[in-house]
Amino acid sequence: MASRFMNWVDARFPATQLWNEHIGEYYAPKNFNVWYYFGSLAMLVLANQLLTGIWLAMFYKPSAAAAFGSVAYIMRDVEWGWLIRYMHSTGASFFFIVVYLHMFRALLYGSYRKPRELLWIFGCLIFLALMAEAFMGYVLPWGNMSYWGAQVIISLFSAIPVVGEQLTTWIRGDFVIGDATLNRFFALHVVALPFVLVGLVIAHIMALHHVGSNNPDGIEIKANKGSDGHPVDGIPFHPYYTVKDLFGVGVFLTLFAAVIFFAPEFGGFFLEPPNFTEANPSVTPEHIAPVWYFTPFYAMLRAINFQLFGIDAKLLGVITMFGAVLILFVLPWLDRSKVKSIRYKGIIFKVMLAALVVSFLILGYIGTQAPSPLLTTIAQICTAIYFAFFLLMPFYSVLDRTKPVPERVTG
Amino acid sequence: MMRQLFIALFLMMPLAAMAAGGESVPFHHETNLGNQASLQRGAKMFMNYCSGCHSLQYMRYQRISEDLEIPEEVMENNLILTRGKIHDTIQGTMSKEKAAEWFGKAPPDLTLTARERGADWIYSFLLGFYLDDSRPSGVNNVVMSNTAMPAVLAPLQGFQVLKHEEEGESEGDGHGGGHGEPQFELVQEGQLNPAEYRAAAADLTNFLVYVGEPVKLVRYSLGFKVIVFLLLFTALAYMLKKEFWRDVH
Repeated sequence: MASRFMNWVDARFPATQLWNEHIGEYYAPKNFNVWYYFGSLAMLVLANQLLTGIWLAMFYKPSAAAAFGSVAYIMRDVEWGWLIRYMHSTGASFFFIVVYLHMFRALLYGSYRKPRELLWIFGCLIFLALMAEAFMGYVLPWGNMSYWGAQVIISLFSAIPVVGEQLTTWIRGDFVIGDATLNRFFALHVVALPFVLVGLVIAHIMALHHVGSNNPDGIEIKANKGSDGHPVDGIPFHPYYTVKDLFGVGVFLTLFAAVIFFAPEFGGFFLEPPNFTEANPSVTPEHIAPVWYFTPFYAMLRAINFQLFGIDAKLLGVITMFGAVLILFVLPWLDRSKVKSIRYKGIIFKVMLAALVVSFLILGYIGTQAPSPLLTTIAQICTAIYFAFFLLMPFYSVLDRTKPVPERVTG
Repeated sequence: MMRQLFIALFLMMPLAAMAAGGESVPFHHETNLGNQASLQRGAKMFMNYCSGCHSLQYMRYQRISEDLEIPEEVMENNLILTRGKIHDTIQGTMSKEKAAEWFGKAPPDLTLTARERGADWIYSFLLGFYLDDSRPSGVNNVVMSNTAMPAVLAPLQGFQVLKHEEEGESEGDGHGGGHGEPQFELVQEGQLNPAEYRAAAADLTNFLVYVGEPVKLVRYSLGFKVIVFLLLFTALAYMLKKEFWRDVH
């Protein structure tokens, strides 16, 4: 009965074929470690954001006059509104935690290397879209930090020569952040960018399933196929990785729920105190800082307080900040190492990667603090290290002494 | 006591850095939302002393009545001092324009003050009024200097003067700025003695923390259940994974 039904469907739509290609007969390396949970978790958070977002949009009012009050209404009068809102606001921060760890995994095991360059680039585009999505979503509650954060970020575009000023006015739809800005950010946050994100995620997964997953050894399991035509070091995604990821989902949801129920503000890092007062153009918060997931890039922006090659400091800072994201796109062509995985790379790469992580974390901290000469100097050093990791890679990845790579995965 | 205070202040530092204003917040309030009697007393105090000027524009009388188990009739007869109905939000009795004219600044809405500034801030503000001839209202406040708010709670607290802080005590702990507890001297007694007034201020602070996020009353207990469920789910998922992976070598 069931098979007759599926035959009927398959004759009209490739349901079984899709299932087999992507789940039932997608052979993944059997040696995935803990770093490989974050891809499926990112999908889970995306689903969480989409679903809770739909319900929030049912009650939220995208106008400067009503936005702040409508969030209070969601938190107080809407049945379970508080839970949906906390799931969404906590989900935003967890999205970045998961995505940063997912990207770090790619750095560890060289998952961006040939033949996965496009897979990596789709991932970078997802990261970019996610940053835009998060920024616009952050403006919507119309708290005072939303307002002033948006003011600072949008004013960055005014650093662009010639068209800068007109560009910022065009983005805001007004000469100041106002009702028009909020309205269009709502449209972009709720309709346009989710479409872009979901589309990119589909492309990301199609690319992944086309080339096959990398693994902690950085070797191609497809190069070693058994008599059944399947990789000997591969196992079907379902049921092996579906049950394994289910366990990952359990651990993740436990931590997620702990924050939602016991610390949704997370000490002022997920929901900031100044955002509990309505947007007010005449009262500036004492210290404006973006949300934690943007602070490493914000610290880079502020670190550039000097001019170079006749480019003024503000524009140079903006170039540095966007450059820090854009440089990720060319990573596949910067790495010339003979091996992919850190397991077989030499000491130089390990030191550089450690320096990158430490610098990024320090920049993240500095971005939350009020600027001081000492912090600016440290931020400059960390920014230099961040870029050195990428720009010097063509040289040190060749110099580095690599170890021989095994034929089979090592578990 | 000083030691504990400094530890508490130290722990609050990352938060304080992000909270609004660089004012000193000298007193610590231990929020206890489980103490319903305190919340009820705080509600009563708010309606009697604060609601004339300050609104709770996102809070409904009915929600307070339900959450704090104050019968609706009691609420309507004793605590709704305006023409508001039980299902209405709590609006101040003054118009914002008039208030701004009288005080120089409209009294802020207090619904979310506890979330914006924290319980310690509110508690310290309530304790921090002192006589100051240079101010039109005759009083000033250690937490928010030059506050436009008059000493509304003086009938309870009495009036106190601020003695100059003694620098020597606090320096040993590395807080050179002298952010220790300010020294007050009561010059005119109120209806309550200092301990009673502190307790009343604590009730009011408790109430405003509750108003800032009413769902806090259920959030923790629900969260506990959710996490117990998720731990069981995770344990089951782990066993399932072990079972399925038995043949992977």
